[in-house]
Amino acid sequence: MNTLRIWAVSRKEFIHIIRDPRSLGMSIAIPMLLLLLFGYALTLDVDDVPMVVWDQEGSQASREFVSRFTGSPYFSLREYVRNYRELEGAVDSGRALAALVIPKGFAGKIESGREAPVQLIVDGSDSNTATIAIGYADGVAMVYSQDVALDEIRRMGGTELALPLDVRPRVWFNPDLESKNYIIPGLIAVIMMVIAALLTSLTVAREWERGTMEQLISTPVKGRELILGKLLPYFAIGMLDVLLAVLMGEFLFQVPLRGNVALLFAMAAIFLAGALSLGMVISVVTKSQLLASQLAMVMTFLPAFLLSGFMYAISNMPKAIQLVTYLIPARYFVALLKGIYLKGIGLNILFIEAGLLTIFGIMMIVLANVKFKKKLV
Amino acid sequence: MIERIKHMLIKEFIQIFRDSRMKGVIFLMPIIQLLVFGYAVTTDVKHVATAVYDLDNSVASRELIARFVASGYFEITAYAKNPKHVRELIDRGDVRAVLQMNKGFEDDLRVGRTAILQLIVDGTDSNTAGIVLNYSAKITGEFSQKILATRFSRLKGLPLKPATVNLQTRAWFNENLESRNFYVPGVIAIIVMLITLMLTSMAVVREKEIGTMEQIMVTPITPAEFILGKTIPFALIGFADVVLITVLGVFWFEVPIRGSLLMLFVATALYLMTTLGVGLLISTVSETQQQAMMSTFFFYFPAVLLSGFMFPIANMPAMIQWLTYLNPLRYFLVIVRGIFLKGVGPAVLWPQMAALAVMGVVILWSASRRFQKTLA
Repeated sequence: MNTLRIWAVSRKEFIHIIRDPRSLGMSIAIPMLLLLLFGYALTLDVDDVPMVVWDQEGSQASREFVSRFTGSPYFSLREYVRNYRELEGAVDSGRALAALVIPKGFAGKIESGREAPVQLIVDGSDSNTATIAIGYADGVAMVYSQDVALDEIRRMGGTELALPLDVRPRVWFNPDLESKNYIIPGLIAVIMMVIAALLTSLTVAREWERGTMEQLISTPVKGRELILGKLLPYFAIGMLDVLLAVLMGEFLFQVPLRGNVALLFAMAAIFLAGALSLGMVISVVTKSQLLASQLAMVMTFLPAFLLSGFMYAISNMPKAIQLVTYLIPARYFVALLKGIYLKGIGLNILFIEAGLLTIFGIMMIVLANVKFKKKLV
Repeated sequence: MIERIKHMLIKEFIQIFRDSRMKGVIFLMPIIQLLVFGYAVTTDVKHVATAVYDLDNSVASRELIARFVASGYFEITAYAKNPKHVRELIDRGDVRAVLQMNKGFEDDLRVGRTAILQLIVDGTDSNTAGIVLNYSAKITGEFSQKILATRFSRLKGLPLKPATVNLQTRAWFNENLESRNFYVPGVIAIIVMLITLMLTSMAVVREKEIGTMEQIMVTPITPAEFILGKTIPFALIGFADVVLITVLGVFWFEVPIRGSLLMLFVATALYLMTTLGVGLLISTVSETQQQAMMSTFFFYFPAVLLSGFMFPIANMPAMIQWLTYLNPLRYFLVIVRGIFLKGVGPAVLWPQMAALAVMGVVILWSASRRFQKTLA
C-alpha cells in the first residue's frame, strides 16, 4: 500500500465528482430534502377518524352516547345516515372509516340496567388504523358504561363509591408518543443506507463500461489502493450527510438526542464504511452500470425500509424472517440510532449491534478487495 | 413503421437479456422480495413481551396479571426483581411493557379505596405503545367494573345490575384485521414500480453514455418509434411481474381477491404508463447513468412513503396531502386494495383510474417532447 497512490486515486475520483455537480448536489441535497419532507409528513398518529352514525332510535340516551364519540378528539362525525345502503356507500368509498349503529331499544335497555348492544363497523383494510380506532371506541364505550354504573349507584344508594382501579400509564423515552421521535432516527439510517450504496455502486462499473479501466490497469496502482482511494471521497460525502441529518434532527425536529454524540458518529462511520463497500462490491462484481444500479436499489432500499425494524417491529415477524433481518446492516444501525437517540444508552447495552455492524463493515471491505481483479478478460 | 418498431424491440430484448443475471433481477427478485416482505410487513400487535413487577404478590394482583395474559395481547416474559432490573429490561428491549403493583394493592381493593396499577410502556415505537395502552385500558376497565359490582352488592345487600354498552365491532373487508391483507397488494405495487422505473430510466441515457445514440440517430427510425421501442419491452416485463407476484400473493399468502381481474389488468396498464413515463422522462433529462439512478431514487423514495402504503395520507399536513395527488402510486394503491379487499369496481374507482390515465398521457407526452428536443 502506498499512500501517495491512494491519494492520487482519491483525487481523481474527487475531480470526477466535482465535474458532475448535479450528482454531487443530489448526493447532498437528496438526503436533506427527504428528511425534511418525511420529518413533517410521516406520522402514524391516528386522530379524527371519519365516522358516520346510523342512530335508529334518536332518543336522548342514544344522542348522549353519540356525543361521547363526536366529543372525543379521536372521531369526527361526517354525517348521519338513515339506512344500510347509505352506510355501505360511505364505507365503500372511503368517506368514512368507521360507522356506529345504535339499534332501537337502546335507551330502554340502558334505563332498565340491561346490556345494550351497539355495533361498530370499521374499514379493516388498513388494519393498523382500524385496530387503533377500535381501541379508541372501546375506551369511549367503557367510560360511558362506567358513568352509567356510577350514576346508578348514586341513585340507588346515595353514597359515592371510589373507582376500584386506577391505571397510571407511564411512557418512557417518548412520553407524548410522538411518532416523529420514533421515525426520524430510523429514517436517517434508511436514507444513509441507500445513498451510500448508490454513491459507490457505479464507480467501478463505469470505468469498465467506458473503457477507462484499461488505462488504470496500465498504471502501477494496486487493486487495494484503487478500491480504498475510490472509497475515501464518498466516505467524506457520507459523513457530511450524517452531520447535516443530525443537525436537522436536533434543530428542526427537536428529536431528543440523549446519548453520546461521539458514539453516534463513530457508529455512523462504521456503518458508512460497510454500506459504501457493499456498493463497491456490487460495482466490482457486475461491471455493468444497469445491473449495478438495479442490484443496489433492490438490495438496499426495500430491505432497509421493511426489514430493519424502522417501521415494522422485528419481534412481530415470523422466526425465519427474523433470521433474515440479521443480514440487513441497516437493522443494526436503526437499533443503534434509536437506542442512542431515545434511550440514551451506550455500548454496554448496544455492544452486540455495534459488534455485528463492525463485522459487516470488515467483511464488505475484504470482499470488495478480493473480488476486484486488476486484469483484462 | 411496425417493421422498425419490431426491430427496435428485438434489439432491446437482446440487450436486456444478454446479461443472464438480468433475468434474475427481473423475474426472481420480485418473487423473493414478495416472499420476504409479505411476511415481514406486519403491524399486528400481539404477544407483547411484558415484565411483571409485583410487590404485592396477592390473589388480586395475580388475577389482574392473569387477565392481561388471557387477552392474548400480553405475554409475561420476565419478573422484575427491583427498579434497576425494570430499567435494564426496557433499556435492552427485552420487554416493551411493565406491570407494576405496589404493596397494599389488594388491601386497597378490599377496603374500597382506589388501587393503583403502574403501567410502564417503552415509547420508542410510538405506534405499538399507543396500541398497548388501549389494550390495557380495556382489560383494567373490565376488571374495575367487576369489582365495582361486588362492592355495591356488599354495601347494599342487593345485586347491582348496571347497564353496559356492549360494543360489537366488525371489521369489514378484513375480518381478522390481518395486516398482511393490507400490505401484500401494496408490496406488489411498489415492487413493480421499482423494476419498471429503474429499467426505463437507464434505457435512453445508456445509449447516450456508451455512444450508441449516434448510431441510432443515423437510422431512419423516428423519435416516436424509438420511444415505443424503448417502453414496450419494459411494459411487457412489468406486466409479467405483476401477474407473477399477484399469483404468488393470492395462492401463497392467501390474500383475498374479491374484485375483477380484468379491472386489475386495465388498472395495471394505466399504472405502468405512468411509471414508464416517469422513467423515460428521467432518462431524457439525465446525462449519465449515475444521474439517472440518483433521480430515480429521488422520485421513488417519496413516491413510496407518500403513497399511503404505510403512513395514512389523511394524517399528513395539508400541503403534503396536495403533493400526494401527483403520485401515481397513491391512486394505484387505492385501486389494488379496492379490488383485492373490498371487491369494488369502476363505479367506485373511476376517479383513480381517470387520474392515472391523465397522468400517464401527460408524462409520456412530455417525455417524448423532451426527447425530441434532445435529439435536435
